[in-house]
Amino acid sequence: MRHHLVLRVVSKLLIPFMLLFALYVQFHGDFGPGGGFQAGVIFAAAFILYALVFGIDHAREVLPERVLRYLVPAGLALYTLTGFAGIVLGGKYLDYDVLGSTPTAGQHLGILLVEFGVGVTVSAVMVTVFFAYAGRTRDVDEEDW
Amino acid sequence: MAFLDHVAILQVAVPLLAAPLCVMLPGRHLPWALTLSVSWFTLICSVVLLSEVSAGGSIAYHLGNWPPPIGIEYRVDAINALVLLVVSGISAIALPYARTSVEHEIEPDKHGLFYTAYLLCLTGLLGVTITGDAFNIFVFLEISSLSTYVLVATGARLDRRALSAAYTYLVLGTVGATFFVLGVGLLYMVTGTLNLADLAERLPPLAESRVVQAAFAFVVAGMGLKLALFPLHAWLPNAYAYAPSLVTVFLAATATKVSVYVLLRFVYTVFGHEFAFIEPVLAWLVLPLAVIAMLAGSVVAIHQDNLKRMFAWSSIAQIGYMMLGLALANASGLTATVLHLFNHALMKGALFMALGGVMLRIGAVSLTSVRGLAREMPWTFAALVIGGLGLIGVPGTVGFVSKWYLILAAIEKGWWLLALLIAAASLLAVIYVWKLVEAAYLQPAPQDRERVRDMPPDMLIPLWVLALANIWFGVDAGLTTSVAGTVVHAFLGGGS
Repeated sequence: MRHHLVLRVVSKLLIPFMLLFALYVQFHGDFGPGGGFQAGVIFAAAFILYALVFGIDHAREVLPERVLRYLVPAGLALYTLTGFAGIVLGGKYLDYDVLGSTPTAGQHLGILLVEFGVGVTVSAVMVTVFFAYAGRTRDVDEEDW
Repeated sequence: MAFLDHVAILQVAVPLLAAPLCVMLPGRHLPWALTLSVSWFTLICSVVLLSEVSAGGSIAYHLGNWPPPIGIEYRVDAINALVLLVVSGISAIALPYARTSVEHEIEPDKHGLFYTAYLLCLTGLLGVTITGDAFNIFVFLEISSLSTYVLVATGARLDRRALSAAYTYLVLGTVGATFFVLGVGLLYMVTGTLNLADLAERLPPLAESRVVQAAFAFVVAGMGLKLALFPLHAWLPNAYAYAPSLVTVFLAATATKVSVYVLLRFVYTVFGHEFAFIEPVLAWLVLPLAVIAMLAGSVVAIHQDNLKRMFAWSSIAQIGYMMLGLALANASGLTATVLHLFNHALMKGALFMALGGVMLRIGAVSLTSVRGLAREMPWTFAALVIGGLGLIGVPGTVGFVSKWYLILAAIEKGWWLLALLIAAASLLAVIYVWKLVEAAYLQPAPQDRERVRDMPPDMLIPLWVLALANIWFGVDAGLTTSVAGTVVHAFLGGGS
């Protein structure tokens, strides 16, 4: 892709805005349309675009697979731990009311935390799936078909 | 934060939290140790739950403090407490056994991921059982199914056919789950609720509705696939045969039982007797299929050379017994189903554990390869024989208790032919168990096989715990029958 000057310049311009938009969708999700799943997909799309244009090896340097291996479960763990925080603070599992000083503040914090967990897991899984397929070497050579 | 107040949610949430932590653990021993301790924790939870509800009554837990029917509710009564005990108990017994077996069968760098999939499967099965929300059942069903496909596929290191077995199971399992969720969707459409207890209240006035009848059909077909009711059993033999030993032990003892529970729950709690269309479905559809499963499963099992396949086909036959009890719909029949759900888990758990030991020692589990092996592995084969006697239904083993109730149920209805068929299916079990006994005890060992030792003690002790449980609950069926009595009382609304 070395000769695709336009693609490289445009995607370099776009990627920061994609990441920023993903964060907006993530953290505005409790007020407007959006949330962890959509944000995670947009966030991952930025990385996938980078990998498509600059090559998968560069993308792996930015986001190594050993990091992804921890990011995927970290999101789920965050979600579950938020649930347990409800129990520890005297409520039920996933009870957000007790997380903040008032029930409203607690609900706000709770939904932000679990949606952030969803976002982390979704984006990490999307990138992992892309790496897994894009990084596959051919089992059969072209000539052997 | 009293433990007792939250025991219902901890039962599911602890394995769910342990799963992501397990991925992050390095090495082979830590993931195993975590899975072991979580399994024992879930067993403690289910023992506590069962002791709370065994006298009748139920425990409810509202997630996020949202009251039902809006929020998701976990509701435990006698039947699902018993199933929770089966799932967590088998897991707790199987995990000490797992260390050596998994080390032998799974790539060293995949242990963390393997145990993670196992924990997710455990979470899913416990979740399906404990939840009182129809859609939540589907979600947990998918968690357990997706992890099961992965677990079956990990058998590919020993036998590449595990991959196609896992793929077939994936396709058929997804069809089953989709049918189930279509049924739930139709119920939601006409009632506007997903809570099982709420559904049970809102459905009776709609008994004549075509939508409700279609929903029932979808739920029965979907669960029929998941529990491998003949003729929807095609995924089962290969999935059990080529999965790693631990996975076969766990799945054969628990996965189909959980689906039987869901079907029982829908037929007897959510729909109930008010529905005139249920009785003909049970009598003219489920009952004949159960009888065919019982006989055909046993006949096919006789002709298998691979022992894991043989006992997988025998599972199809045994599921036939459970469905027969469900379809007979009288007190004895339902008692038989509930008892067999528990007893079959003990038998198949012990049988597949013993086969796992054979796999460890000689690397194959076919009739030809185990010739003369009983002299070299006496303890393993003694446990196999106990499990086999249970499958036949010999007095003194668990199999006898459930078959006794099943034959009683048929006789109460005056269906002598059916009672004879049940006895005939037991005789077929004699044949395939005898083929194994003959090969292992009476035939000479092949010259080219090296002498092997018995299983290592960490595998032998769990095996014998299950084998002795087979005898214990066969001789003293007090605990299981009293729980079954509570369940049947709740299902039939006072022993009608």
